[in-house]
Amino acid sequence: MIDQNLPVLVPVLFLLAALLAPLLGQWRRGLSYLVALLASLVNTAVALYSLYYVVVNGIVRHKFGGWVPPIGIEYVLDPLAAFMIAVVTVVSLVVLVHSRQVVKVELAGRDVPFYGVVMLLLAGFCGIVVTGDLFNLYVFLEISSLATYALIAAGEKPAPVAAFRYLIMGTIGASFYLFGLWFIYNMTGSLNMADIAAILPGVYGETGVIIGLLLMVVGIGIKMALFPLHGWLPDAYTYASSASTAFIAPIGTKIGAYVLIRILLYVFEPGYFSSQIPLADVIMWLAAAGILYGSVMAIAQKELKRMLAYSSIAQVGYIGLGLGLANPLGLIGAVLHVLNHAFMKACLFLVAGNLRVTIGHSDISRFDAALRRKMPWTMAAFTVGALSMIGIPPTAGFFSKWYLVLGGIDRGAWIMVVVILVSSLLNAVYFFRVLENTYFRPALSMDEAMGDYDHPDADIESFPREEVAPSMLVPTLVLGTGIVLLGIFNAFIVSAVIRLMVPAGL
Amino acid sequence: MLDFFLGHYAYLFLVALFVVGLYGVVTKRNLVKKLIGLNIFQSAIILIYVAGASKWNATVPILEGSGASYGDAGVAQEAAHGAIEAAHYINPLPHTLMLTAIVVGVATTGVALALLITIHRRYGTLDESELLERMS
Repeated sequence: MIDQNLPVLVPVLFLLAALLAPLLGQWRRGLSYLVALLASLVNTAVALYSLYYVVVNGIVRHKFGGWVPPIGIEYVLDPLAAFMIAVVTVVSLVVLVHSRQVVKVELAGRDVPFYGVVMLLLAGFCGIVVTGDLFNLYVFLEISSLATYALIAAGEKPAPVAAFRYLIMGTIGASFYLFGLWFIYNMTGSLNMADIAAILPGVYGETGVIIGLLLMVVGIGIKMALFPLHGWLPDAYTYASSASTAFIAPIGTKIGAYVLIRILLYVFEPGYFSSQIPLADVIMWLAAAGILYGSVMAIAQKELKRMLAYSSIAQVGYIGLGLGLANPLGLIGAVLHVLNHAFMKACLFLVAGNLRVTIGHSDISRFDAALRRKMPWTMAAFTVGALSMIGIPPTAGFFSKWYLVLGGIDRGAWIMVVVILVSSLLNAVYFFRVLENTYFRPALSMDEAMGDYDHPDADIESFPREEVAPSMLVPTLVLGTGIVLLGIFNAFIVSAVIRLMVPAGL
Repeated sequence: MLDFFLGHYAYLFLVALFVVGLYGVVTKRNLVKKLIGLNIFQSAIILIYVAGASKWNATVPILEGSGASYGDAGVAQEAAHGAIEAAHYINPLPHTLMLTAIVVGVATTGVALALLITIHRRYGTLDESELLERMS
């Protein structure tokens, strides 16, 4: 009985929590966090169970109100959707535990609306993933976007400007998607993904289908921050509060990537976007340009969060690259990278949050060896995350790049192989800079901070331990450990789950 | 050629509206004007959906008793026989979709206006170039 309702449970529970968190928060302040935590816990359990259930028993479909699909809306839980929901709920649960202290420091007095909006954000993300209806997807896309605008606006002084800029671009993106959907709807007469997939092969030659698809891809490209549609991302990630960024950065752009994968590979046939129109090549080249651009720009940044934001543009490029390769290995690399990058980016942004709460800034040029004395565990987690971003085995980041490189070789796209390897070097440049400062740069002693440079090497041991509270440290370490575990068990994840996602004909 | 333009005049106007909205978003310096452009842009898409749903010689999709009151013999005949001829009715689905899209648009505008109020409180201006100066 409950198994048939699995697709609906997660988004509905999050929506319920989005309603309850602010209401109960009016009564007792602390309750809003508890409601959010409870909803996240239950949903993580449900999501992991549904992933197991789908892998064992196959696709689950839920018809809303008992209406048969082409007329009614259906929610579908296939391996890709179940996998994405599991990633979203697990990462957001860890970030939610971490966010409590950050919110107290950075968003003092605004915790009740914060948790309400976060629940709304997660409801939107999960809704996008499970829905089997293209218009329903638009509605959830806007729900999650509205929550994102609000979360970004709650931050430093320039945050509302960044949020407004994202609002303009995001709304234009969603409108392009809607406009594209109009063409698809007029050509097929349906909004249900499975139904459209059955009808489309008969009308592939029509101009309307091509225009519709391109409009949708451009719209989703803005949400996904696919180069050159990434303009909103750096400011938004930098100025938002650390708690908001930790929710948006690991998951937000991945959901855009998910929608792109869903539409190109499952609604349209894989052969259509790779051979009938040269869309796969365009996505692949844009992704390659984005990888290089994001990495180079990340090197130029002095602020940790801004550097991570530019690195996000590069990492989204990897996912786009895997999709653009249009072969099974590329898709495996892309989907695995969605998981890995969610963990890595969450871990790194949690570290940025820890730094901001403890030492009050995250300016790389002011990092020195005192940090490793003050916060050894936080910096250890950062090191693991950084090594994974560079792609050093056995951390997770190595394996998704490995599949991408294999996919590139399989396709004969040697330039893409070069791009992946070069970008790994660039990643090494900007992460080693941080690591070098943290572990090797002599610490300024208390005197030197006052401007007295007589004693060049302060005794590291003289700095007091200032590690963050356990409620922040444990999530950071959980993600750091998770990165290594994901790397070690990557073969199992790929063979048990991701291989099931490769659609026929790819 | 002329037939094409006469047959699709609604779309031509709407595409013009679409471009006007996009032009406003891209070129206007004042953030409120950008928001107005965004609203025009969204309205154009909503109207395109509604225009796409209309048909010649079709009526509202309500089946209730005799259709004779709409003055369309075909509809009356159908109602009498209990069979539904889709060609006699306007497609209701795009309208319902657009009700949702309008709600979404209103919510977006609301959030945008709230952001603009905050920006104005913090920087005292809504002009983009002045804003950039004061931000740096």
